[in-house]
Amino acid sequence: MIKVLPRNILRFIVLILLQVWVLNNIQFSGFVNPYLYVLFILLLPFETPGWLVLVLSFFLGLSVDMFTDTIGMHASASVFMGFLRSFVLQSIAPRDGYETGTYPRVFYYGFTWFLKYSLLLVFLHHLFLFSIEVFNFKTFYFVLLRTVVSTIFSSILILLSQYLIFRK
Amino acid sequence: MRSLLNFIVRYHYFILFILIECFSVILVIQYNNYHRASFLNSSSNVSGRVYSSFHSVFQYMSLKSANDDLNQELASIRENLKTAYKNNEVKIVELYDSVYIQQYEFLPAQVLNNSTNKQNNYITLNVGRKQGVSKEMAVISSKGVIGVVKDVSDNFASVISLLNRNLRISAMVKQSGYFGSLFWEGKNYQFATMEDLPNHIKVEIGDTIITSGFSIMFPKGELIGTVSEVNQSKSSDFMTLTVKLAVDFRNLTHVMVVKNLLRKEQIELENLTRND
Repeated sequence: MIKVLPRNILRFIVLILLQVWVLNNIQFSGFVNPYLYVLFILLLPFETPGWLVLVLSFFLGLSVDMFTDTIGMHASASVFMGFLRSFVLQSIAPRDGYETGTYPRVFYYGFTWFLKYSLLLVFLHHLFLFSIEVFNFKTFYFVLLRTVVSTIFSSILILLSQYLIFRK
Repeated sequence: MRSLLNFIVRYHYFILFILIECFSVILVIQYNNYHRASFLNSSSNVSGRVYSSFHSVFQYMSLKSANDDLNQELASIRENLKTAYKNNEVKIVELYDSVYIQQYEFLPAQVLNNSTNKQNNYITLNVGRKQGVSKEMAVISSKGVIGVVKDVSDNFASVISLLNRNLRISAMVKQSGYFGSLFWEGKNYQFATMEDLPNHIKVEIGDTIITSGFSIMFPKGELIGTVSEVNQSKSSDFMTLTVKLAVDFRNLTHVMVVKNLLRKEQIELENLTRND
């Protein structure tokens, strides 16, 4: 339990620097951009209290916002995602519930469970993000296209991270 | 009172979510209204420094193309050496020569941060207040128009890119001299849209679009791009052009900030006329 705190702080910093320095410079066909930093919210322990998830999501998004000059956009999208996390976790819980001492990763709950978990939350996050960026409903199909394509790229990176870094 | 407390304790998760979400959305809206908190943008010192340290490492990767660009520009400057000399001369003997007044100064700058994938793109430059940059100065490159300075800190400047839906600039068809307003629709980073042109004029594909010089910021005749599509609608009196931008915003390293030395004089005069 004591180890959890420094590990999460380190993950927070590494993910933001990775997002700002590397991933924001990857722009497939001009507008598609993977957002890996949401992995931080996905990997928070099951026992994290709800209010803490919200607060952490807010500061995570705000940190990314500071570097991209989009104050509030990533923050609001992340908070939205953090809010939905507990409901998604409830709805796809295994029959016996989540065991203590385990984390939301492929290693503990399998590929299918993690794919459902990450794809759903990443899609909702991206949809919120791109909608609030455009701020109108005229270009809905364009927003949807960006959301779907970016979700695919982000999810591939998130799944890869499960097999390359968070193997245990 | 007690039932209110019970209510808050019971639904604290939902209430907290609503509070934080509203706060974030207010931030977004304020940002769209150009009232960004000045300490939270990328021209502020912390993120500016992080970017410039990153930039100093990765600058080397684009060194070759940057050198090519500089070489090309050097060549074009040599070709026009006579006119360039004239301008410099005016600057040196400013006390005696009343025929030429220097109107524009060009300050070279490097791009620290840039994007093309958002609806409202901004560029961070490595020059700021200490180097004489102030708000609403134009930014151009050797290839064409880049944008307008939005915020400055001591050593950095944040520029509204031409690829930003909040920016409109006054543009002109070079061949015929008719003017309209040019903006970006937020989709393809290579194309902008120009509107408010009268329907009766002739515009060919490939015609050059330049700045009109009607705004105080941009000098007249800076290249913006070439016409790639003409949409003449039968229902309205105005036509719309699709303009292929001359600058490749994906590959931007060296730019110039334009300082209009007669800006104050022009604004004062225009305010005088407007007050009448």
